[in-house]
Amino acid sequence: MQRDDPLQEGERIMTICNACRYCEGYCAVFPAMEKRLSFTSGDLNYLANLCHNCGECYNACQYAPPHEFAVNVPRTLAEIRNTSYAEYGWPGPLARAFARNGLGTALLVAALLSAAMVAASMILGGELWSAQPGGDFYALVPHNVMVSMFGSVSLFVLFAFVMGFVRFWRHGGESMADLLRGRAWREALRDSLTLRYLHGGGAGCNQPDRERSTLRRWFHHLTMYGFLLCFAATSVATVYHYGFGWVAPYGYFSVPNILGTVGGVGLVIGPAGLLWILYVRDAATTDPSARGASAAFIVLLLLISVSGLALMALRSTQWMGVLLIVHLAVVMALFITMPYGKFVHGLYRGVALLRYALEEARGEQGPTTRTVPKPQTGHTARAGTRDSG
Amino acid sequence: MAVRSREHGTTSIAVWKTSVYSCIHMVNGNVSTALKTDVLVIGGGNAALCAALSAREEGAEVLLLERAPKDFRGGNSRHTRNLRCMHDAPTEVLEDAYSEEEYFNDLLRVTGGRTDERLARMTIRASASCTGWMRGYGVLFQRPLGGTLHLGRTNAFFLGGGKALVNAYYRAAEQMGVRILYEARVTDLQVRDGRCGDVRVEIDGKEHSVDAAMVVVASGGFEANLEWLGEAWGPAAENFIVRGCPYNRGEVLRMLLREGAAEIGDPTQCHAVAIDARAPKFDGGIVTRLDCVSLGIVVNRDGERFYDEGEDFWPKRYAIWGRLVARQPEQIAYSIIDSKMIGRFMPSVFPPVQADTIEELAVALDLPVLALQRTVSDFNRATVAAEFDHTVLDGCHTRGLTPEKTHWAQPLDTPPFSAYPLRPGITFTYLGVKVDQAARVLMADGTPSANLFAAGEVMAGNILGEGYVAGIGMTIGTVFGRIAGREAGRQVAGRAPAVASMDKEGHHAA
Repeated sequence: MQRDDPLQEGERIMTICNACRYCEGYCAVFPAMEKRLSFTSGDLNYLANLCHNCGECYNACQYAPPHEFAVNVPRTLAEIRNTSYAEYGWPGPLARAFARNGLGTALLVAALLSAAMVAASMILGGELWSAQPGGDFYALVPHNVMVSMFGSVSLFVLFAFVMGFVRFWRHGGESMADLLRGRAWREALRDSLTLRYLHGGGAGCNQPDRERSTLRRWFHHLTMYGFLLCFAATSVATVYHYGFGWVAPYGYFSVPNILGTVGGVGLVIGPAGLLWILYVRDAATTDPSARGASAAFIVLLLLISVSGLALMALRSTQWMGVLLIVHLAVVMALFITMPYGKFVHGLYRGVALLRYALEEARGEQGPTTRTVPKPQTGHTARAGTRDSG
Repeated sequence: MAVRSREHGTTSIAVWKTSVYSCIHMVNGNVSTALKTDVLVIGGGNAALCAALSAREEGAEVLLLERAPKDFRGGNSRHTRNLRCMHDAPTEVLEDAYSEEEYFNDLLRVTGGRTDERLARMTIRASASCTGWMRGYGVLFQRPLGGTLHLGRTNAFFLGGGKALVNAYYRAAEQMGVRILYEARVTDLQVRDGRCGDVRVEIDGKEHSVDAAMVVVASGGFEANLEWLGEAWGPAAENFIVRGCPYNRGEVLRMLLREGAAEIGDPTQCHAVAIDARAPKFDGGIVTRLDCVSLGIVVNRDGERFYDEGEDFWPKRYAIWGRLVARQPEQIAYSIIDSKMIGRFMPSVFPPVQADTIEELAVALDLPVLALQRTVSDFNRATVAAEFDHTVLDGCHTRGLTPEKTHWAQPLDTPPFSAYPLRPGITFTYLGVKVDQAARVLMADGTPSANLFAAGEVMAGNILGEGYVAGIGMTIGTVFGRIAGREAGRQVAGRAPAVASMDKEGHHAA
């Protein structure tokens, strides 16, 4: 009964789920499914990216293996989701290379970038191995090297994100005009920032040991907000530099440093927790082939936070040069892999939630109107019901 | 120590030592372990778990025997979704109000009066306190969403459905130190002078005896026992599909009746709905139902209609269609619709058989072509033009047919035509043992057993003698499971029964 192709398996499983619907209280995937009668690849990619992989629907499924229907929604959607990253990623060849070997590609990119930066710094007169009494890293890697490299990579990533967004949106058959609906954006942003659906409808995730727990959600919050605070630190520093002519390094209690330190601590605890959960969680609900990509992403985040915090602590010592290069290289590696690696789940999850908010706003009931009276007909409907044991 | 090894991960060794001791002796040449406990619970579904938890609340040591392997634990509760609750005001999980009177009238209507009013009213009153107790053990509820809005006032929906509920109860039971044995089949049970003595249980091919002060039977009905169903239905029963688990074979029920327990409920009847004939023989559950019967026509193996498909809304009629199909040759029928109806009913798990002409459809279904063509053309000619609306009892009916279709009669004229094969799908059986308000099994002479209790489907016939109303099975199981466990636990501890006080409470609430 099970099919090898994830999309075919997804279609088979969603057909069973659509006839059952017991899981509709858990997250957005099931209400979105109920709006449909059949499931195209565009539908399945959308549903797959709505799924936060909490695993609750698997634990609650009376058709989960060893039942002959062998329904496993989280794993199947994880497989579809991971192939969708390669499908929507731009440019295609890089996206596919990443899909084939996430960890290898990420590490290779990081190594190449480190080498390139070392070379560039030396050519442009940086003094890599000298201790800088004031922690002046621009003496090592000149500011214009940093800005030009990160600037061009950022533009590339931004463009790749836009391309991925557009490809996802078009494949789902959504119109560009609907992107102007502010309310849908607000709802999607709220659902993303609160991780509303990484909560099993209030049950938490049955992880790491099938006990109800909200640990994964908290680790994700620490990671996401830690990352955003670090990003904010860099942004504030950029404004300081260009807007006010205040040049780094900044004091320990300066705004960029406080943001970076708080964010950095979150970005240590969060990814460490997520990495732990990645290896102890119920493997039945995950896509085993994607574990490497997830691990690569989490390790990159950890390297960024650890090297960043170390850089701040040791910036007056001779270690600064090496730490700076490593820190910049892993940040750069993360940037370049953003559109293809695990990071991109944030983009497609957000787009899927946006599409969900739009569908809800349009009041789509789907082709599933039941052969029962409408609720307002009241008393006639009461006794006759869907059977339920 | 086969028993011990199965215990891994359920409770600590310390609890094992205090609750159950084992000794080795020889039975029929097999090494056998004797198990001792205060309260033995036979069964592993909702009622059994409620009984086990309630007995633990009273401090009793509890041993629970689940016949299924762990992956399939929970009996037919796995397939449930909600329970029906009385409430005077909106609650977190229920809208509006649902009074005792209205609840009882709903029950009276579906059972045609085949209910014990005293027990029914007690159950209804007790249902008001169920959801709070359930939440205390980790059962989560959700707001009713698509397809079930019409139940939001009367029924509380489990988040994730019955298996999620069962998982929560097992987790709680393990934490509270209830001993749980899976794949444990009761092979014999003796009742002497109204007292249950030795209970025999087979685990891993070895027989054990259980020495229990109190026994709660919550082992379900006999709907998975097609031979037993065959006693009433004859060879037709072989074509029945069992919607629930294959473990409800009614063996313990039969032992109780043999040992002199008073019988209740029609031994020949079962709740049977028309489901997709391609469903698995067991455990297909909710997804095998078909909701399109009222939108088209239904023909038998001979290509002929046999009942008014549009008599009433499908949810009010599906329960008679199981028996209707069971009376047709080879217990098979086919629901046929045309493309106008696609998207107007809950999607089915199996794809329809489709064809562009009635002739091709007949060939695909292996039905007599001419007969089916005649049935369809007669039907189409007899339809009366009116505005079709499948959400009300509309005016679309036939004139001059036998049998007529009284609502939603639309000509089958827009290809492609779709057909779904139908068979009787057995949900549960009505036969059970008689109980009193304390969930004590009543013996044939009307006296309550000293130490034998029953809860759930095995005694549901006391309240639901006929028909069905959504969520009542889980209500009966929860209410009687709690009473049985509590009364058994109190008796072990030498405390007075709590039934009288509960009765007072109930009347007060009413």
